[in-house]
Amino acid sequence: MALFRKTKYATMNARPSAQTDIASKCPSCKTIHFKEDLEKNLYVCSDCGYHFTLTAWQRIGITFDDNSFQELDARLTSLNVLEFPGYDEKLARAQENSGLVEAIITGKGRINGEPAYAGVLAPEFMLGSMGAVVGEKIARLLDKAGSEGVGAIIFSASGGARMQEGIFALFQMAKTSAALSRLNDKGVLYISVLTNPTTGGVSASFAMLGDVNIGEPGALIGFAGPRVIQQTIGQTLPEGFQRSEFLLEHGMLDMVVPRKELKATLARLLRFHQGGGRR
Amino acid sequence: MRDVEAQLTLLVEKIKDLKDFSQEQGIELGKEVEALEKKAAKLREELYANLDGWQKLQLARNAKRPTALDYFNLIFTDFIPLHGDRQFRDDPALVGGIAMLEGKPVTVLGHQKGRDTKENIARNYGMPHPEGYRKALRLMEQAEKFHRPIICFIDTPGAYPGLGAEERGQSEAIARNLREMASLKTPIINFVTGEGGSGGALALSIGDCLLMLENAVYSVISPEGCAAILWKDASLAKDAAAALKLKAQDLSEFGVVDEIVPEPKKGLQDNWDLGLPAIKEALVRHMDLLGHLPLETLLQRRWRRLSSQGHWQEEE
Ligand SMILES: [Zn+2]
Repeated sequence: MALFRKTKYATMNARPSAQTDIASKCPSCKTIHFKEDLEKNLYVCSDCGYHFTLTAWQRIGITFDDNSFQELDARLTSLNVLEFPGYDEKLARAQENSGLVEAIITGKGRINGEPAYAGVLAPEFMLGSMGAVVGEKIARLLDKAGSEGVGAIIFSASGGARMQEGIFALFQMAKTSAALSRLNDKGVLYISVLTNPTTGGVSASFAMLGDVNIGEPGALIGFAGPRVIQQTIGQTLPEGFQRSEFLLEHGMLDMVVPRKELKATLARLLRFHQGGGRR
Repeated sequence: MRDVEAQLTLLVEKIKDLKDFSQEQGIELGKEVEALEKKAAKLREELYANLDGWQKLQLARNAKRPTALDYFNLIFTDFIPLHGDRQFRDDPALVGGIAMLEGKPVTVLGHQKGRDTKENIARNYGMPHPEGYRKALRLMEQAEKFHRPIICFIDTPGAYPGLGAEERGQSEAIARNLREMASLKTPIINFVTGEGGSGGALALSIGDCLLMLENAVYSVISPEGCAAILWKDASLAKDAAAALKLKAQDLSEFGVVDEIVPEPKKGLQDNWDLGLPAIKEALVRHMDLLGHLPLETLLQRRWRRLSSQGHWQEEE
């Protein structure tokens, strides 16, 4: 078993961008945007409002006050405990392509001056899938937030549980949810920000359990993927099905917040719960 | 194992040929046939003792195995079914109620599969909607109120992937169960009796003791789904079943299962009478053990069980 596989990874300051080209085409309206303009507009299409998927470091960059974010538990790496065929190679490739060690970055920083613990799922790393490292980093994050009485935010962007870790991936849903139960006992705020896409085991655990659930516009959010549902029921899905606005309408989200207003919204919510923790 | 299978196929053919030959020619070959049949029986036993993940999955899905309601009625006494989530409807794919186990009241819950197509359509093949999980939580909170232990029988392909299920918050219903069960102030036994299918199974799996029947499986995703997503080829499901390590025996080696409850030879499906006593014995024993733990200890222990799941390495 590859228990002591040495991992090669870039330093934690590597901040790869999802859009490395000079220009990017909007997947929704097909308008071409220069990278510089897109960045200025927080990776939102200026023509149709489409929210591009962000890498974890891009998310941190637009959310936290300059130089305030300090990463935690950066050295946790996955093991191929099941000896699942191809998993070691897949991990190595994901690390190389993303410059990340795993599918989540956790840390503490300030949002418009308000301190917050945050976990940011990285869709650029194996589709942000949750294995034991993601689960453990979230559990540690929530534990710290709980003991310090500082609010926690998790930005989800994930296809769900990582099947290469088998039953252990499934159990991370239980582990993270149990950690939230302990955070509840301590009376500390937890905000879940659901971004495109948030599905499967991530959706059916910590992502749905926020004191406040916030969706980004147009984000795909659901337990089963649309293709699986379509195959099961044998009919086309209604327009807008499983999008943020649909979930808001059906009572699963508190609000849908455009990216430009997200930082201010988070800061306001954090301010409401300042000095959290039961005394 | 493929060798044993091939040997057995050859042997069965040989026995048939011998029998035919003996009949045609009027030659007495009883002794020879008997010897070969003995050998075949031995091979079958060997095969059964070494079933792979895919074969176990077929056994776990066998429609002749007892369902949740069978267990409620045959292992417990005085089962009283309770219905509904008080919000939307009663989900027939997830059943529950109260019953006596050795004279002590318990809350029982379980996924309910059907025995034939008609029953399965009514039960949605044991795939719950959100209201099923919400009913389960309602009954578990009721159990907490009356200090009753909870026993969950797990046997489902998974949560139902449908329009209504998504509209009514399948994710939220499962997630809430996970969070609430983690701190529920009463002992919970989780017993995988057949097919432990992903999130739909997990929503009844948080507790203090995880038991599995000898031929039960438990997996993050069905092998068919895994093969389709990972290798774009659902016909590789057998390989996926092996890779996912979904057998009770694999999971026991990983230390995630507390005890494997033995089934009668060749499986529970053909011999309920022989299998049920071992199940009852295990449930009574674990309920007794957990019942003796102070609540504080029980909850700390549950948190440790949940938080220790998974493996990683941390470099200096
Ligand atoms: Zn656009």
